[in-house]
Amino acid sequence: MRERALVIKPKKTWSLDDFKEIWRYRELLFFFVWRDIKVRYKQTAIGILWAVIQPFITMVVFSVFFGTLAKIPSEGIPYPIFVYTGILFWQFFSSSLGDSANTLITNASLVTKVYFPRLIIPIADTATKLVDLFFASIVLLFIMIYYHYTPHLMGILLAPLLLLISFLGAVGAGLILSAINVKYRDVRYALPFFIQILLFVTPVIYPPSIAGKYSWILAINPMTGVLKAARGSLLGTEPVNWALLGLSFVAVSILFFVGVALFKRTERYFADIV
Amino acid sequence: MKPIIEIRGLGKRYNITHRPRGYVALRDVLTEIGKRPFRFIEKKAKTALGRTVKEEFWALKDINLAIGRGEAVGIIGANGAGKSTLLKILSRITPPTEGEAILRGRVASLLEVGTGFHPELTGRENIFLNAAVLGMPRKEALRKFDEIVAFSGVEQFIDTPVKRYSSGMYVRLAFAVAAHIEPDILLIDEVLAVGDAEFQKKCLGKMDEVTHEHGRTVVFVSHNMDAVRQLCQKAVLIEHGRIAAIGPTEEVIAAYLTKKSSGPLGIKLPVDDGDVTLERFAVVQDGMETTRIVGEKPFAVSITFENRTALKSFRVGIFLKNALGTVLSRSFVQDYDSTLENLEPGRRTVTLSVPARLLRGDEYVVELKLFTFGIRTYFTASPIEKTITVASPVDYNELRSKNTDWRGYFLIPNAWQIDDNNK
Repeated sequence: MRERALVIKPKKTWSLDDFKEIWRYRELLFFFVWRDIKVRYKQTAIGILWAVIQPFITMVVFSVFFGTLAKIPSEGIPYPIFVYTGILFWQFFSSSLGDSANTLITNASLVTKVYFPRLIIPIADTATKLVDLFFASIVLLFIMIYYHYTPHLMGILLAPLLLLISFLGAVGAGLILSAINVKYRDVRYALPFFIQILLFVTPVIYPPSIAGKYSWILAINPMTGVLKAARGSLLGTEPVNWALLGLSFVAVSILFFVGVALFKRTERYFADIV
Repeated sequence: MKPIIEIRGLGKRYNITHRPRGYVALRDVLTEIGKRPFRFIEKKAKTALGRTVKEEFWALKDINLAIGRGEAVGIIGANGAGKSTLLKILSRITPPTEGEAILRGRVASLLEVGTGFHPELTGRENIFLNAAVLGMPRKEALRKFDEIVAFSGVEQFIDTPVKRYSSGMYVRLAFAVAAHIEPDILLIDEVLAVGDAEFQKKCLGKMDEVTHEHGRTVVFVSHNMDAVRQLCQKAVLIEHGRIAAIGPTEEVIAAYLTKKSSGPLGIKLPVDDGDVTLERFAVVQDGMETTRIVGEKPFAVSITFENRTALKSFRVGIFLKNALGTVLSRSFVQDYDSTLENLEPGRRTVTLSVPARLLRGDEYVVELKLFTFGIRTYFTASPIEKTITVASPVDYNELRSKNTDWRGYFLIPNAWQIDDNNK
C-alpha cells in the first residue's frame, strides 16, 4: 500500500488544495452542522420552532409599525410578505455573521487539539443557519397562501442561486471577522452595532426605490440585489434584474476570496493565540 | 525502507512581547524612574507607539529525528522543554518556523482524550462526532461501533448525555474511540494522566497491542516514566528545545533523572485565567508554608481561588505524583461534596489534610487541578505544582532493599505490633 507522504513546512498560503481538502473533510463538516443543530435545541420545549417564531414575530411587529402605521411602500405586495422575505435573508445573513466571528473562539478546544482544515468551522456554522432558513421559509408559503398568492416557479428556481450568493457573502464576511477576532476581541463589541446599522442600509423593511435617485448607492450592498430578485421573482411582480444580481454575485465572490485569503494568513497562528 | 517519520532541522520560534505589567507597585515604578529616567521615557514612548520590546524564544531548535515503521518512541523532558510543541507541529496544529517533517502514512493525534466531545450529546452521538474529529470515516465508525462500546464498558448509558457521566465513564468512552482508530502513525500526549489505574493499564495494553501486533508507529509524550518504560523501546530526551539524548528507553530515562534540576519553575501568584483567579496554592505544615515535610506529622494542601462567574461541573483538587510522574492519588473537593460542582461566584479557600506517616521519604509533586468538566481546564499555560521533599518518619528507617521496585509507593502508617510468645 502506497501512502501519500505528508510534508509539514513553515510557509503555507492558500491554494486550490484548500478547497480540495475541505471536500475530503466533508464528513466532519457535516458532523459539525449536525452537532450544532442537535445541541442548539436541546433542553428547549419547542425546539426547532424557535427558528420559525423569531422571524414570524419580527414580521408581525414590523408589519404593524412600518407597514400599517408608518405606511412604508412595499412595491404593490402586501407588506407582511414583503417584509418577511426580507427578514428571512436578513436573519440568515446577520446571525451567520454574528456567530461565525466567534466560532473559532468557541471551538478553541478543538482548534488547539486536533488538525482539520480550519475553514470548515465558519462554513459549518453558516450552513447550520441554512437549516433555520429552510424551516422559516415554510412559513412564508403559508403567509402567501393566506394572502392568496402562489409562489412563481421562477422564484423557486432562483432560490438556490440567491442562497448561494447570501451564503458566500455571509461566509466571506464571517471569515474576515473571525480572522480579526482571534487576535483582537474588539470585534465582539463592534459587531452587534455593525449588524444593527447594516439592517438599515439593506432594503429589508423598505423597498430600494424609497431612496429615489440615490437608490444605486444601495446596490453596493450585495444583499440589495438578492432581496430585490427574491421578492420580484417569487411573487412575479417584476422581472429579474440580472445585471444587479450579477453585480451582487461578483461582490460576494470577492468578499469570499478576500475572506479565505485573510483567514488562511492568520490561520497558522490560531492555535498559538486562541 | 524510508523512515515513516522524518524530521529535518525543525524549529519553532515564539515572540514574547513584554509589556509593562499592570500590577507593578507604584513605588517600584518611581524608583525605576529615579534610577534610569531616560530608559523609562524610551520604554514609555515605545509602548505608546505600539513598539513593545520583542524577545524571541525558540521552543524547538534543530530537531533531527527519524522514526522507523512500527517503532514506539517516548518523548520525555521537563515542563516547557518543547515536547508538546513538537507533537503539536507533527499534528499540524501549529506550523514550524523552519525545517520540515515528513510523515509517510495516515496520522492520528491524541493530544487530549475526548477532543470534540460535547457534554449535551449522548454517548452514541459523541462516538460518531469524536470519530469524525479524529479522522475516522463514518462507515468505519459504524462498523466498529459495537466494539467501541464494548471496550468502553458504558453500554447502559450509551443514550445518556455525557454530561451526566462520571469522569471515569467519560474517559473510558473517549479512549475507546481513540483506541479504535487505525492510523499508521499515532501521536499521543499525556492522555494517560487521566482515568483510574485499571483502565490505564487497559489502555497501555491496547497501545502495546497496536504497536506490536499491527506494526503501528507511536510517538508518546509523557511525564510518566513508568508508562514510557512500559510502552516504548526507544526514547528521546528534549531539553530547552533541543534533543539531548536518543537511545534505548532505560538509558534516556536514567540520563533525564540524573540531569533533572531540582527547583521547579516558580509560578507567580495570583494568576488569572478567564474568570478564575488563583490566589494561593500552598503546602503547609505546622501552620507554615514549606516544601520540606516532616514525615511524622500531618500536612495540608491549601488552595485559595476566586471565581467571578458561576461555574458548572466544576472541580478543584490535586494530583499527588511521585518523582517519576506516576499519579499516586488524586483528590477533588467535589469527590466528597458533589453539590459544589455548581459553584456560585465567590472567593474560597479549600484545604486538604494529608495524614502523617502516609508517604515514604522521597520527592513528590502536588499538582493543582482546576477545571469545569468537559468544558475548560484552567491554568494550562504551565502546570501549577509544588515539589515537596518528605522526610521519613523519625521512627521508621527503611532498610536497604536490593531491588528499587521493591520500595513501594506509600507507607502503612502503623508500626508492627510485636507480641512475645516465649513466656
